[in-house]
Amino acid sequence: MIGFRTLLIKEIMRFWKVSFQTILAPLVSTLLYLVVFAHVLSTHADIYPGVSYGVFLIPGLMMMAMLQNSFANSSSSLIQSKVTGNLVFVLLTPLSELEFYWAYVVAAMVRGMIVGTVVLFTALFFFKLPFENPGWILLFGCLSTIIASTLGIIAGIAAEKFDQMAAWQNFIILPLTFLSGAFYSISSLASPWDMISRFNPFLYMIDGFRYGFFSHSDVSPWLSLFIVGSVCVILLWVTLSILKSGWRLRG
Amino acid sequence: MIPAIEIRGAEKRFDHLLALNSVNLTIEQGEFFALLGPNGAGKTTLINLLSGLSRPSAGYLRVMGHDVVHDYKEARRNLGVVPQELVFDPFFSVRETLRIQSGYFGIQHNDDWIDEILSNLQLSDKAESNMRTLSGGMKRRVLIAQALVHRPPVIVLDEPTAGVDVELRQTLWRFIKRLNQDGHTILLTTHYLEEAETLCNRIAILKKGNLIKLDTTANLLKDSASGSLEEVFVSIMQEGVESTS
Repeated sequence: MIGFRTLLIKEIMRFWKVSFQTILAPLVSTLLYLVVFAHVLSTHADIYPGVSYGVFLIPGLMMMAMLQNSFANSSSSLIQSKVTGNLVFVLLTPLSELEFYWAYVVAAMVRGMIVGTVVLFTALFFFKLPFENPGWILLFGCLSTIIASTLGIIAGIAAEKFDQMAAWQNFIILPLTFLSGAFYSISSLASPWDMISRFNPFLYMIDGFRYGFFSHSDVSPWLSLFIVGSVCVILLWVTLSILKSGWRLRG
Repeated sequence: MIPAIEIRGAEKRFDHLLALNSVNLTIEQGEFFALLGPNGAGKTTLINLLSGLSRPSAGYLRVMGHDVVHDYKEARRNLGVVPQELVFDPFFSVRETLRIQSGYFGIQHNDDWIDEILSNLQLSDKAESNMRTLSGGMKRRVLIAQALVHRPPVIVLDEPTAGVDVELRQTLWRFIKRLNQDGHTILLTTHYLEEAETLCNRIAILKKGNLIKLDTTANLLKDSASGSLEEVFVSIMQEGVESTS
């Protein structure tokens, strides 16, 4: 347990020491999205009864920031350690695959949660946000950041250079988060885009998360929970199998 | 007594390249052992197999009786490895680096031992400095300190004095000799043959993945007209592969 705790604290210290880049920068960009979209679409009709577009936007932006930062934390830590060679200090130790996995995941979740929480508290200065089901908010927040952090670990292991990591970030994570209903309700999409959107697992993370705030969602929160939970379990199994095999870590 | 290192039929293949060919080797506890060979002979591959950085294609390796694959936790607790490359984590100070490394091995409150290592490696005044600010020689010494934080009985040094000035080299060897006198088993790879000659009681020589010579330093030097290991090494390199199993 001490080994796991040490790696976890080291990973948290790693992003905390550069918090301008890892916490403040994503906070500013997320708030800019909020300011610009909420202003431009301030005359937009309420998305749900009594829920203005600006208020609707906050959980989506929070989740988008949480997902992107969780992914960025585990993936960038691993690729940097691999490229500079200092991952050897972890690989030489008696840490198990499970300890390795959870240390990277929890540290990435912490960063995602910090960014999400700061976005929320800042937004609360300008908007009045309901918290209908806090348990759902927490549940979807945790499961979704576990998924993003796990994807970050897979990307960090699979990528052999920064260029490949940028491809994961820009061609997989960014489109999936942007096209997940963070900025809109999928019920507003025309066919076949509403149907295509339903194949994006990130949609269910954001929709379930939003349900926690408004008690309104595009799909049943139970269906979202089932899909998000299943994706979480599958990714956990895949990542532990990769770590056990030593692929791209232990030649 | 359980051997410090036991290697039986160790093989490592990278696609079509046979990097290690059925290596058999036993190193007893307390030995100061040299693993020599030209570049690409398989020295680092063998060390990577021992330390778990790489997995054997065939055979087995044990550290203090613990299989490096099936009982990796105990094998790694018994092994301290100083890697060849000058790697470091730029986010942390020397002391933070060593505390973190101790924690990976389940050790807390290790500052007394950390201070002793730092003092022996003449790094006490750099304890709070960030790793980025250290010179190459200092970074090399921190790598040695990292390998020692968990007090492993077996220490592997993969070319520890590469690029290190003469004075520092002497300091390092005094410290490593003392560790050996205290009972630690030392496995050393080096290109400085005079180091192996002076320090090590047994020597193994690898060539193209094969263990072609394994003997005491005294016996190897007996075969040389000039009495230098360099001459022995060159003549062995020119010979064919011998059986050493």
